[in-house]
Amino acid sequence: MTAVLEVDNLNAGYGVVPVLQDVNLTVAAGTITAVLGANGAGKTTLLRTITGLVRPTGGRILFSGADLRAVKVEQLVRRGIAHVPEGRGVVAELTVDENLRLGGLWRKDKADAKKATAEVYELFEPLARRRAHLGHQLSGGERQMLALGRALVARPTLLLLDEPSLGLAPKVTAQIMALLKRLRDDTGLTVLLVEQNVRGALSIADRGVVMSLGRIVMSAGADELLADDGLRHAYLGF
Amino acid sequence: MERFIFLTFDGLSRGAVYAAFALALVLIWRAARVVNFAQGAMAVVTAYAAYMVSDAVGSYLVGFLVALVGGLLLGALVERGLMRFVGHANPLNDVIVALGLVLLLTAVVGIIFGGEFRAANQPFDTSAIEVGGVPLMSRYDLFIWGTVATIVVLLALLFTRTAVGLRMRAAAFAPEVSRLLGVNVGRMLTLGWALAAVVGAVAGVLILPTELGLHPHAMDIVFASSFAAAIVGGLDSPVGAVVGGIIVGLILSYVSGYLGAALTPVAVLAVLLAVLLLRPGGIFSGVRARTV
Repeated sequence: MTAVLEVDNLNAGYGVVPVLQDVNLTVAAGTITAVLGANGAGKTTLLRTITGLVRPTGGRILFSGADLRAVKVEQLVRRGIAHVPEGRGVVAELTVDENLRLGGLWRKDKADAKKATAEVYELFEPLARRRAHLGHQLSGGERQMLALGRALVARPTLLLLDEPSLGLAPKVTAQIMALLKRLRDDTGLTVLLVEQNVRGALSIADRGVVMSLGRIVMSAGADELLADDGLRHAYLGF
Repeated sequence: MERFIFLTFDGLSRGAVYAAFALALVLIWRAARVVNFAQGAMAVVTAYAAYMVSDAVGSYLVGFLVALVGGLLLGALVERGLMRFVGHANPLNDVIVALGLVLLLTAVVGIIFGGEFRAANQPFDTSAIEVGGVPLMSRYDLFIWGTVATIVVLLALLFTRTAVGLRMRAAAFAPEVSRLLGVNVGRMLTLGWALAAVVGAVAGVLILPTELGLHPHAMDIVFASSFAAAIVGGLDSPVGAVVGGIIVGLILSYVSGYLGAALTPVAVLAVLLAVLLLRPGGIFSGVRARTV
């Protein structure tokens, strides 16, 4: 399978505090890769470094063969990378419609951006009923739908999702996981999914990587990770 | 009663200018979380530019346009050349740099043009039109109202109906998320400062004919009144800026008319103090967005 994202010996941190240490990761096209690990393992920093929100101190990040380190954050979405950050990143002061429009503002193909927005409304019916509501008026699940939908308006090649299940009811989490699986299967979307809900993430993922203290300590197929009792006990807490 | 009506119309005209000035402060506050204490000094610079040009070519309109363009350039220059490099972690940094800019601009204007008052040009008569024997408003007041109303409508359309307005709002509320969505946040910030400076420049040009004239410190009290207006309405609320401007304009007009012009600076401070004590967030602070 073709690699969409390759991370080679990546190092990054905040000030003098190193977080990521020699991280190596390959994400194949049209797959879901779950990044797992305890709080503070470096999962969120990994996503933020890939999108340039945290500057790497060493290593390389290749997206479809091109080095991302010199690419500005605001250019990434034009290259096909959408990042839904932790806490969902809905702009609370804008309406649902404005949030979705924002997702496609950069696109030259306005007709397709409009079509993509209509598809998001079809995909997430609660949003269609609340188009004029402000972001802060939505429930946690609706905000997650909006953040995800806004990312999809960009028609990304690679979707980086940070803790989409955080604070959501199990039913809503299951719906979101099912949707990600459907998007992978139907559209070939590649997903790098950071999750604390290990079972949920591995149930839809093709591969899983386990992080601990800023390093990747295990990388294997999702089924293999679920079957490895020792690893689950040591790093995944179940 | 006649006096009251006259003072009310006078207050509405002054209030319209304060509203525009307060709107400039709100625009920058919303975009960058900075209170631009240099707004008055920047308006003085553009007013002098307008004065020089309109005097040279004999056209008020050309001078007015120069103030607009000058404001646009000055606002962008201040953001790109100065404020961008200020560490925003401590809010005091922005305040100190802005106050430094006030000293710099005022000094430079004083060196170039001197400290004497210059009569500002005006496109219309400032004597009040009488209706039923009661002096109400002048043609110039109508010009002020029309200009400020146009600014408010254009800004509202910009922010609610255009892609660039949506980008500016998103960049102001959620800069990091906006970057991830392809918005050039730095550019939006520059545009915000430029637009605010244009609005401030227009307000400065509008108020001069109703004051003593052009002078390096001509905007000091105007800025204080407009700052009070922005605080009264709420620094986060464009609607609040307009309402706050009108309220402050009316209060100052009544104080000036009934108690004497010398008391207006005290009245400004009293209004500011009262709002800060009773409703620190301003009249329109009741509706607050929750953080998601």
